Amino acid sequence: MALVMEKHKMPEQDPQVRARNFQEVALGYDEETAVAEANRCLGCKIPKCRQGCPVQVNIPAFIGKIKERDFDEAIRIVKESNSLPAVCGRVCPQENQCEKHCVMGIKGEPVGIGRLERFVADYQLAKNEEIQPIQFAEDAQKVAVIGAGPSGLSCAGDLAKLGYKVTIFEALHVAGGVLSYGIPEFRLPKEKIVKREVENLQKLGVTIEVNAIAGRLFTVDELLGEMGFDAVYVGTGAGLPHFMHIPGENLNGVYSSNEFLTRCNLMKAYDFPNHATPIAIGKNVAVVGGGNVAMDAARTSLRLGAENVYIVYRRSEAELPARAEEVHHAKEEGIQFKLLNNPVEILGDENGWVKGLRCIRMELGEPDASGRRRPVAVEGSEFELAVDTVIMAIGNGPNPIVASTTPGMDTNKRGNIIADEETCATTKEGVFAGGDIVTGAATVILAMGAGKKAAAAIDKYLKAKTAEQK
Amino acid sequence: MFRILKKQELSPGIFHYDIEAPRVARKARAGQFIVLRVNEEGERIPLTIADFDREAGTITLIFQVVGASTQLLASKNEGESILDFVGPLGQPSEISENMGTIVCVGGGIGVAPVYPIARAMHEAGNRVISILGAKTKDILIFEDKMRAISDEVLIATDDGSYGVKGFVTTALQQLVDRGEKIDQVTAIGPGVMMRSVAEATRPLGIKTIVSLNPVMVDGTGMCGGCRVQVGDEMKFACVDGPEFDGHLVDFASLMSRSRMFRPQEAQARDHICNIGLGR
Repeated sequence: MALVMEKHKMPEQDPQVRARNFQEVALGYDEETAVAEANRCLGCKIPKCRQGCPVQVNIPAFIGKIKERDFDEAIRIVKESNSLPAVCGRVCPQENQCEKHCVMGIKGEPVGIGRLERFVADYQLAKNEEIQPIQFAEDAQKVAVIGAGPSGLSCAGDLAKLGYKVTIFEALHVAGGVLSYGIPEFRLPKEKIVKREVENLQKLGVTIEVNAIAGRLFTVDELLGEMGFDAVYVGTGAGLPHFMHIPGENLNGVYSSNEFLTRCNLMKAYDFPNHATPIAIGKNVAVVGGGNVAMDAARTSLRLGAENVYIVYRRSEAELPARAEEVHHAKEEGIQFKLLNNPVEILGDENGWVKGLRCIRMELGEPDASGRRRPVAVEGSEFELAVDTVIMAIGNGPNPIVASTTPGMDTNKRGNIIADEETCATTKEGVFAGGDIVTGAATVILAMGAGKKAAAAIDKYLKAKTAEQK
Repeated sequence: MFRILKKQELSPGIFHYDIEAPRVARKARAGQFIVLRVNEEGERIPLTIADFDREAGTITLIFQVVGASTQLLASKNEGESILDFVGPLGQPSEISENMGTIVCVGGGIGVAPVYPIARAMHEAGNRVISILGAKTKDILIFEDKMRAISDEVLIATDDGSYGVKGFVTTALQQLVDRGEKIDQVTAIGPGVMMRSVAEATRPLGIKTIVSLNPVMVDGTGMCGGCRVQVGDEMKFACVDGPEFDGHLVDFASLMSRSRMFRPQEAQARDHICNIGLGR
């Protein structure tokens, strides 16, 4: 059979149509397309794709089962390693992970591993199968997980499967973390996917307590003491948004991407006033930054009715940290890229509202510490962009609440929790940490990978501790 | 779900709720706040804690109906529940023994959140002089509670219907004029009031703490909506505050930012009237 060199196209909503609605952009493969795409997989004896996956999903095995149309077995294999496949199939940067290593990618396009993962995950969700709760032993040990984001959910899922009674404490009113407040509905549907994945974990036997803010309602020491937990995993994620510290950031019409996306995704401000949380969006919006969050904020602005949406980024297209697919989608929808430009001031009108963004042109100089060419301002090249909304999407710092109330758990000078790369162990006994609170802003799958590693390490730690006591 | 154990309308549009939240009550300290959400479509509303009863397991909230969300909250009856309630949030007030004479200033419903601070100041053995401000006598709240824990209470009403005619700063000036040695002022109320207090104490060099209630979504250190310029620094009221040095707060931008959603707020009020939740 001749090799098909290109991936089967992902059916998508038309760019003109989708740019004005919040429904999912990518519609997913049907069965025939999935099987045809699976047939592109060569089933390598030494599968390099698997090494590229932060949670080492057995990729050739699950794709093999899709070829045989045994979708139930395919998803079972995926779930051995990945507790949130419907999420990962949608938001993982596969082009930098599994698909980057695919042999098919050398001469053509790699196998659409992410699309196939999504297909089998959606197949199973659609079947709405009964989930068998785990039968915990009478004397099962208890583990507390702080934060119901991707890291905490994956850690909790693995620990429950190992027989531990897990309670996740979530500060917000819904579980999901960035999957709920950050990533937009049109990339990751909340009711259809996130809520279902969380519910499935609960059916398995994981307890989730919302409105429970660790460090305030209780401390880590109390969890390990009077609250009777044997170990704690801290996966509190990204925290306070960064600002540029340029003049005008307190003007009305300036948001952090966290605030903008939280209003829209978590609080459903796109459905205002049926949902009570407001969002004020102008006609002309500048989003500062070049990552996935910047793309999400820009595409959300468009869907809220903005006419011109600009991405203002100080480096060039090659350095955009966003996934290629997100950049492609954004361009298709009409987002305007103002590359090699850096904001120097946000300009306000007499009522305290944004009326413009003063930028300076940049050019790329010598490589900096990150290995990327350092942008340098071109003197005298300042110009004004007429906008009435500015969204700062330039990253987050760590949330200080848990660290500042947990003596003995050390942080680095940036405020991130110090944890062992392999075991996620912190400097405090019985306390593990992973995800963005340790690494700084990264990806969903890396946070999940840390959660998995931590679950294995917590299991080892608790078994050793039990053996010691005997 | 969090049950409303007591509901009382203190004066037209101003409500006292005792909410059943034993775990929050156990940890709450003076100066902190909570965030609540009435129902599934609701906004997250930050409210400063007006009192807590660790034994009864309740948190007292005092709020004024100003927009759609507070109207929705006010439409709940005693015995009914609200969906989400998270706290205690923010840093507690810094309170210790031997702080000296503390003037606690509360304006409007700001008297409510100043109460637990004044009480804690009193319990720590400090001398507490309270200044309560209201537009008129009828809408003055918490007077008895404040009297019970204050060494002295001064009252100011805009119309002179009770106490001194004028603002809280008028009463504060009286204290200064009589030679009172003031070690700290803690002021909670509308932005304009807190700014006036801070301006009054600045030339006198009296340490002045204000408690801010800016735009906020999550209240847990994530959205950055509550950012406020304090001196050279950008601070986040939900994790760094809500209390700050009143002499360093940029009140102009704080008050301007609180008007950011005015058009939407008006739209929301209309909406809530249309769906029959308005009173």
